[in-house]
Amino acid sequence: MQIDLQTIDIKPLRQTFDHLARRFGDKPASRYQEGTYDIQQTSIFHYRPTWEPDREIFDERRTAIRMKDWYDFKDPRQFYYGTYTITRAKQQESADSAFAFALDAGLADELPAAVKKLVMEVLLPMRHMEWGANMNNTFISAYGYGTAIEAACMYAAMDRLGIAQQLTRIGMAIDGEVALDAAKELWLSAPAWQGLRRYVEDSFVVHDWFELFIAQNLVLDSLLYPFLYLHVEKRASREGSALPGLVTKFMKDWEAETGRWVDAVVKTAVAESAHNKALIASWVKTYSASADAALEALAQPIFGADTAAVVDSIRSDFQVRLQKVGL
Amino acid sequence: MDMKVDKKLSLKDRYRHQTRGLGWETTYQPMDKVFPYDKYEGIKIHDWDQWEDPFRLTMDAYWKYQAEKERKLYAVLDAFNQSHGHLNVTDARYINAIKIFFSAFPMLEYTAHRGFSMAGRQFRGVGTRVACQLQSLDEIRHAQTQIHTASNYNKYYNGMHAFTHQLERMWYMSVPKSFFDDAITGGPFEWMVAIGFSFEYVLTNLVFVPFMSGAAYNGDLGTMTFGFSAQSDEARHMTLGLECIKFMLEQDPDNLPIVQAWIDKWTWRGTRVLALVAAMMDYMLPKRVMSWKEAWEIYFEQNGGALFKDLERYGIKVPDCVAQATVEKEHISHQLWAAMYQWNFGTAFHTWIPSPEELDWLSAKYPNSFDKYYRPRWELWAQMEKEGKRHLNTGLAQLCQVCQYPMIFTEPDDPGKLCHREVDYKQEKYHFCSDHCQHIFEREPEKYVQAWLPMPQFYQGNCGGGGVEEFFKWVHLVPGQDNMDFEGSQDQQNFARWKGMATSNQ
Repeated sequence: MQIDLQTIDIKPLRQTFDHLARRFGDKPASRYQEGTYDIQQTSIFHYRPTWEPDREIFDERRTAIRMKDWYDFKDPRQFYYGTYTITRAKQQESADSAFAFALDAGLADELPAAVKKLVMEVLLPMRHMEWGANMNNTFISAYGYGTAIEAACMYAAMDRLGIAQQLTRIGMAIDGEVALDAAKELWLSAPAWQGLRRYVEDSFVVHDWFELFIAQNLVLDSLLYPFLYLHVEKRASREGSALPGLVTKFMKDWEAETGRWVDAVVKTAVAESAHNKALIASWVKTYSASADAALEALAQPIFGADTAAVVDSIRSDFQVRLQKVGL
Repeated sequence: MDMKVDKKLSLKDRYRHQTRGLGWETTYQPMDKVFPYDKYEGIKIHDWDQWEDPFRLTMDAYWKYQAEKERKLYAVLDAFNQSHGHLNVTDARYINAIKIFFSAFPMLEYTAHRGFSMAGRQFRGVGTRVACQLQSLDEIRHAQTQIHTASNYNKYYNGMHAFTHQLERMWYMSVPKSFFDDAITGGPFEWMVAIGFSFEYVLTNLVFVPFMSGAAYNGDLGTMTFGFSAQSDEARHMTLGLECIKFMLEQDPDNLPIVQAWIDKWTWRGTRVLALVAAMMDYMLPKRVMSWKEAWEIYFEQNGGALFKDLERYGIKVPDCVAQATVEKEHISHQLWAAMYQWNFGTAFHTWIPSPEELDWLSAKYPNSFDKYYRPRWELWAQMEKEGKRHLNTGLAQLCQVCQYPMIFTEPDDPGKLCHREVDYKQEKYHFCSDHCQHIFEREPEKYVQAWLPMPQFYQGNCGGGGVEEFFKWVHLVPGQDNMDFEGSQDQQNFARWKGMATSNQ
């Protein structure tokens, strides 16, 4: 049975703002729509940037990708700040309890040597890669075009900082500052890590923000996330510890959700035109080559003879993903 | 190998590991290529590690804290909307104040968001970048929560329906828009002085108190709740702006003249923008919080004075423009509201002549200026209205090349005389409202000659064609609904009718 509470009935003059009525008709708009569409200025700018005098403040020419409507990059999660923070707060809460459970159960104290090695030498140095992902997504938020894509990238940027901080907490819980210093040393000097570090540093000087989106959010993440949170974790649990699985809950939840958004963005850009598709395919090809090599170098010391099988399985999953987005 | 090691770390060290510990000196690409924009302004930084984190907020805490604030804010907004809280405001005239606020601020907060994303990518120091990124995220929050608050008002009142379109085109919007365009086209350090310091630190109370306390005083629960919810974010932003100034000044003595010139410029730019707020405070709030002059005295002269005192040890001087701004506190609100009244055929809000009781309030608050310069004019215009000869100014004024206000402000030493300065630059004549805007131009003429000034553009036919009707179409202003006098407006009639429905059984 429905209870029919009443408020006074006043007929509104209009249901929404003009720019949303033009897009969706005069009906109440969602908070995602209100907070996203057409918020970025597009046409009349008073001054050109002193830091890039041949461009406008917001300028479509900062990528080679072309879109008739940049707001086609709709976020399937429909994140605006409120839904974004509320979602992350919930995820963090459940990740925190898994983390606390692992520590309370003494899993950090009883960590088998082989697992500790995996955490210290594979998981922890990744905090620097995550920081690189933060920089790249911040770049897209700064120089990307249209609120739909850039705001979602800002959320992603802060997610990557959050993940880097989560990895840092894992290191501190297991071995304090020593663990972090050792991991940084690996990142900076260990041969196995140099392919990845070079990839990340090269991405810092990419000027085309959509190319950067492909290099970071599509190619690199599609390879590294399954590597870390599927294959390495499986290895750790085979070595008898549930700790890595428990303390990385946030990353797995996050990747499952954020991957959907990344795929939606790429799919939209690819479907827009043959021009976009060719461009994106060429970027995927270029970046896959160096990302593959970086991945193999990291996998080799852990998986030894199984390396090829692990890397192939990650690659073939990536191929399936590419097909789904039209590449 | 156990938690004891972890517990030895101080909070500060833990935070350091979770922020600047993440960064490294790049070697496959030179740092100057990775961070190409943090040197060209001439600011010298020798040691980014000296940066003191103004607040220590990791993402887990940020999400939890902010999510809680968002839940509360939207719960109040939903209830406010559902119960037609807009009918509880003191008077429908009040809604014109929030029309100005919501037409300008969300888009400006958005520009601030993008500017902080740029700063959050471009500074070499990791701690600085993290702080800027958090502010970028906060700024998009403010843009969105403002739009969400405005959304319900837009359904019932005119003038807000085309805010995204009008920010770029409406003549008076070019005042705050050019301020933010100016800031974001500067380098990252100037951005921090413009927005982080001048706007967020020196002037923020002069924006927040009028609008948010104004909302609280006038029964606008929605806007008030948004304002209070943003307040703790603003506190973080203020500490970031101040830290950045101190950091620059501590790093190298050569930074002082650059920073001083930016503080001078942005204090004046900001003060000019606030004239819009001054008019709103003295004329648009049915229930007044305090006069603009009082707000200026408390928040600029006292609080700002203490701040500049604090910065004295670095060699920073109070900007010269403060002397003029202090004289103008007696005048600008009256001059601006009079301008809006005369040109209200071209505004997306309504204006009115203050009631006799309001004129008395203004006389009492402005004993040095109101009766002498402004009251007689309002009484004359009121008389003319009564006689059916409503005064409109159909001539369009010259605009200041820098702040983009019409030339409506008077000489600092003669409130009876309009202030007007001119400069010849490359065979063109440029006009200014004040010495300070002229000086800003003279420091960077190549920047300000680019300004898109609405009036010249109008005369060149770039605002929809030749006439006012074409301008209305081009700017998406609905004549007879969005503009002109409050008296007799659709807003006034609807509010009275709805209020009647809500409070009686007729």
